[in-house]
Amino acid sequence: MNLATKDIRHNLGRFALTAVGIGMLLMVVMGMGGIYRGVVEDATLLIDNVGADLWIVQRDTRGPFAELSRVSSNLVYRAKAIPGVQTSREFVYHTIQRQRGGTPVRIAVLGLSCPTDRGEWIPLTAGRPLGQAHFEMIVDRTLGMPVGEQLTLGKETYTVVGITSNMISSGGDGLAFFTIADAQAIQFETPGEAVRLERAARESRGEDFELAIQQPMILDNAFRPSAQLPGVARPQVSAVVVTLLHGTDVESVAETISGWGDVSVFTATEQRELLLKGSVEKVRRQIGLFRVLLTVIAAIIMALILYTLTLDKIHSIALLKLIGAPNSVILGLILQQALILGFVGYGIAYLLGQQLFPKFPRRVILADSDLLQLAAIVLGISVLSSFLGIWKAMKVSPNEALS
Amino acid sequence: MTAAVSKPNNAIDAVGLTKIYGSGNTEVVAMRDATMHVSQGEVVALLGPSGSGKSTFLTSVGLINSPTCGQISIGGRLIQDGETAHVNLRSFRRQHIGFIFQKSNLIPFLSAVENIQIAMELNGESKRAARQRALTLMDYLGVADRADNLPSMLSGGQQQRVAVARAIANQPSVILADEPTAALDGHRGRQVMELFAKVAHEQGAGVIVVTHDHRALDVFDTIYEMEDGLLRQQSSHSLAAQSQAD
Ligand SMILES: Nc1ncnc2c1ncn2[C@@H]1O[C@H](COP(=O)(O)OP(=O)(O)OP(=O)(O)O)[C@@H](O)[C@H]1O
Ligand SMILES: [Mg+2]
Repeated sequence: MNLATKDIRHNLGRFALTAVGIGMLLMVVMGMGGIYRGVVEDATLLIDNVGADLWIVQRDTRGPFAELSRVSSNLVYRAKAIPGVQTSREFVYHTIQRQRGGTPVRIAVLGLSCPTDRGEWIPLTAGRPLGQAHFEMIVDRTLGMPVGEQLTLGKETYTVVGITSNMISSGGDGLAFFTIADAQAIQFETPGEAVRLERAARESRGEDFELAIQQPMILDNAFRPSAQLPGVARPQVSAVVVTLLHGTDVESVAETISGWGDVSVFTATEQRELLLKGSVEKVRRQIGLFRVLLTVIAAIIMALILYTLTLDKIHSIALLKLIGAPNSVILGLILQQALILGFVGYGIAYLLGQQLFPKFPRRVILADSDLLQLAAIVLGISVLSSFLGIWKAMKVSPNEALS
Repeated sequence: MTAAVSKPNNAIDAVGLTKIYGSGNTEVVAMRDATMHVSQGEVVALLGPSGSGKSTFLTSVGLINSPTCGQISIGGRLIQDGETAHVNLRSFRRQHIGFIFQKSNLIPFLSAVENIQIAMELNGESKRAARQRALTLMDYLGVADRADNLPSMLSGGQQQRVAVARAIANQPSVILADEPTAALDGHRGRQVMELFAKVAHEQGAGVIVVTHDHRALDVFDTIYEMEDGLLRQQSSHSLAAQSQAD
């Protein structure tokens, strides 16, 4: 006769409620692990998807994912000239926060060097890649914009043409892909009044300028877009990404580029490391610590629950001892209940998680290794936390059955 | 006063049992130098006012509550000497002693039949055989129709009868019952007493029953009375007088 299941059947409602409680607690532990995975995965996703061999960024910066990086866009051609370089693309990346339908929406803007790159590499769940050089965008599902939706950023209106999923910045914001030109326009977007003021200032500076006094026509230049002004830098990009021909030694190309005084260069692996050690490190540690804390709390709560379950049965346990049940029977009763509770709780956690986690704002990734690890932890907790109950049960004297 | 006398054909030999609860100011001498010999097949009634030490005596003999001093032999074998036990008491109880206690005898999460079954299964009986015998005993005690009910759904008397069935299920050599008929009507009470007598005679078990029910005293072979922790055997004369008084 299995006493553990008999007792559970007798107190089914209570046991079920307890199991659901433990299940939800374990679901949070599981979710924390999943969020941790998600943060790491999301942080490196972009780097992996861009598929660059080398990242050329502003000198002494750690690249656009870590801090502000500005390099001249003509760097693309310098990089292209190095033997072994297959492609060299501009990379524009920055985050904006705008208002959409009354709620704030954060968008990580990423520029594609159209027409060579129309975003064909982006896994689309709906729509198509970019079709024209301007005013189109591909957005991540989490931004909640359907194909065809129009969004005004600065002076222009952009139309959603494609939807992708799981394209998240390391900060957890959904990505939106534009052409480089559009991405720059969004980044350097200046209100008309600011442009007018700047041109007026330019003109007044020019009036005091020796050359302008001799050649008054030169002042007309003040009213042209800054990109067309002679001797003024072109709009800059965040980084230049380079892919290499098959068989080219990454280190030697990196060596060449690192000789240039205005830029720093990172391999894809280094860029990954930078991200994990840099911007997401604190989040990662925070979540990791939370996970440990939650596991400990789950253990304590389970121990208390098993202890009270044992206390409730203490009279029966004394009676069992009285009629001569050996310790193994009593130990088995408590241990089996602990394991059943742990097992059912874990099952509930898993099933609930499957339903709930996809609704979370950030990605929750339940990796098999994490699930197995948690299962082992739950097993450990179940056994360990039943010790308190077992200790109590071993201590009770058969006499107590008589009172 | 008495040397440890134990004859092989005695079911129970309790010699010079004394139990002192607490110490100092709170010291209570619940039982003083109690001696009782019960031979195989003998049925003993234990009478006495509340608080006189009957339960203390019974739990000592039942190897649940060790006496402060005195010896207990079962079947001629010295089991307990003062607070020292000579065997594993728990497994000895399982094999040789059947109990019915004053109250809350049954495990609440097991059905009536399972409560009887468990005692036999713990003793190595197969599940099938245990259930079979449990149902037979329940049938005999008139509670077979309640086999699958939980104790909470049984009346006090029905619970007592299930406890009786469990106590005799393993065919113990000693049966100890603490007011087993308190919750039963006169007829049922008598029936339970007669069952003890039957088991005692058929299996050669020694039976001690604490009772307040003087109507069924004629079932017993011997009557002891306890007062203020002192145990003494009643003469057959006072026994008859007591029966008449009821
Ligand atoms: N665990 C204990 N600790 C201290 N004193 C106790 C304990 N158990 C019993 N006693 C005392 O020992 C004395 C005998 O108690 P016992 O339970 O043996 O009486 P009883 O004859 O069975 O009474 P009743 O007929 O009411 O069941 C009482 O005075 C009681 O208060
Ligand atoms: Mg009593």
